[in-house]
Amino acid sequence: MSTEKLSPPFERDTAEPGSVGIVVPQSHTFSEPLTLACGRTLKEYTLVYETYGKLNADRSNAVLICHALSGHHHAAGRHTPEDKRPGWWDHYIGPGKPIDTDKFFVVSLNNLGGCHGSTGPASVNPETGKPWGPDFPPLRVRDWVHSQARLADLLGIEQWAAVVGGSLGGMQAMRWSLEYPERLRHCVVIASAMKLSAQNIAFNETARQAIISDPDFCGGRYLEQGKLPRRGLAVARMIGHITYLSDDGLGRKFGRELRSGSFQLGVEEEVEFQVQSYLRYQGDTFSNSFDPNTYILMTRALDYFDLAREYSDDPVQAFSHAKCKFLLISFTSDWRFAPQRSREIADALMHANVPVSYAEIESPMGHDAFLLPNERYQRVFATYMHGVAAALTKAGEAN
Amino acid sequence: MRIDLDVIQDWIAPRTRVLDLGCGDGELLEQLSRNKQVSGYGLEIDPAQIERCMARGVSVVEQNLDKGLGNFADGSFDTVVMTQALQTLRYPHLVVREMLRVGRQCIITFPNFGQWKARWHLAFSGRMPVSDLLPYEWYDTPNIHFCTFRDFEVLCRENHWTILHRQVVSESRVGAALKDFLPNLFGETAIYHLTR
Repeated sequence: MSTEKLSPPFERDTAEPGSVGIVVPQSHTFSEPLTLACGRTLKEYTLVYETYGKLNADRSNAVLICHALSGHHHAAGRHTPEDKRPGWWDHYIGPGKPIDTDKFFVVSLNNLGGCHGSTGPASVNPETGKPWGPDFPPLRVRDWVHSQARLADLLGIEQWAAVVGGSLGGMQAMRWSLEYPERLRHCVVIASAMKLSAQNIAFNETARQAIISDPDFCGGRYLEQGKLPRRGLAVARMIGHITYLSDDGLGRKFGRELRSGSFQLGVEEEVEFQVQSYLRYQGDTFSNSFDPNTYILMTRALDYFDLAREYSDDPVQAFSHAKCKFLLISFTSDWRFAPQRSREIADALMHANVPVSYAEIESPMGHDAFLLPNERYQRVFATYMHGVAAALTKAGEAN
Repeated sequence: MRIDLDVIQDWIAPRTRVLDLGCGDGELLEQLSRNKQVSGYGLEIDPAQIERCMARGVSVVEQNLDKGLGNFADGSFDTVVMTQALQTLRYPHLVVREMLRVGRQCIITFPNFGQWKARWHLAFSGRMPVSDLLPYEWYDTPNIHFCTFRDFEVLCRENHWTILHRQVVSESRVGAALKDFLPNLFGETAIYHLTR
């Protein structure tokens, strides 16, 4: 095993209140082979991660952040003071924020199969010396959970105070509660579902086909060929992006505003709506920073996930194995992971006699709402996490 | 501690499953979990109350009771409780029916609209009663289905629901002395213990 430390992992920047400040990613190469759900074994793999806050003396205040489809390890703070934007969940992680880094030691990693430093399809396959590409083993949510457990072992964390995730991250959090029931006290599942609907799988398949049908995809071996199916990935992202927003949200943001051209009679000038250029910008930006094979791998993991499959398709039976408490949150305009999906989780948990709280947050922002500031969402999340932290203090005093 | 919550606790067996409809700030469930190791869930719709429950560590699920309890299986709880929420429901009788389907027993409390103060107010001022207990004007009140003890008992009889116990509560001294004699006139709040 080797741990590569680039520099001190955590420097509190006092200049920006509520921020964890400048953070430095760490990485570790695990040399103990990992057997995957598909039956194949990864002989060794690297995980990149960041940590925020301090691990307490009894190692009881650790919180794991599980990322969603296009997420990565950089959840909070900035890598350099010049960074245009902070980490993807900076609204919710930091001193005084719902996941309060003054109280918790937060661990955020790039999942296996990712493209931000952890081993994935763009990494070199040690057996061939070439990029894995389409030969990278297909992954399931449970593979991520098992690799995250190895990371917990490395960091000396026997039990998480909470495992937290939105969307695909929520699926990982739920899987944690069944695979390692003794290793977490709280499970926070935001805008997620126990399995995708046919419509959801349909959107993912359309996105994958957009990538695969790009001539530069080269059967997934684009890196070997020195190519990149940027257009396909951009279209995939555009499709995804539309589904993460709501009709109302898009309408409020763009309406039918024009970016260029006009509808004046007698003028033959092409019209471009604001929403068109916005979507293209989103697609282009994404396609320059994300690996197409990773996108295919992650959407497939989403499609395959079915919490109760191995529990006779009975979510109540599945959750009867859980020993932690749950917080569920959904958003009213989220049609990709609709409130009904979260209510199903709540119902199964109540049936299984597992403690659960559930809040349905009013928001016009669709699925993306879980990443964005929202007063009630922040209060609910903070109130719950405050309780998680208060129990730490009590347990500490009892010792 | 509200008097009605005290009475309710006596009717709930230790280590049973309780569902509290319109659980408010979660006080009852917190007490039940502490004193009787009950595993309980509250259903609530008011965001501020939901946060108060969470702050207490009470399990609370956001759910609109007017949409029914279709997500709960028959007999999935030992007791289904509803305190001071009956009068706020769109279809109170349907919710009580659902409570008796989901729970083996249910406990319901509501303010008595037949209490002498309400009768007096309506009879002599000719206006809808506004009191400390029911501080709303008729147009902005969440209480849309008031009833008296007698009304409720008629409903129970018509539906063949069995009243196991009834306890009448009155905060005032006069009311406390007279509530057993003429409950529908002097009782402020009734606590009914029902079963199918």
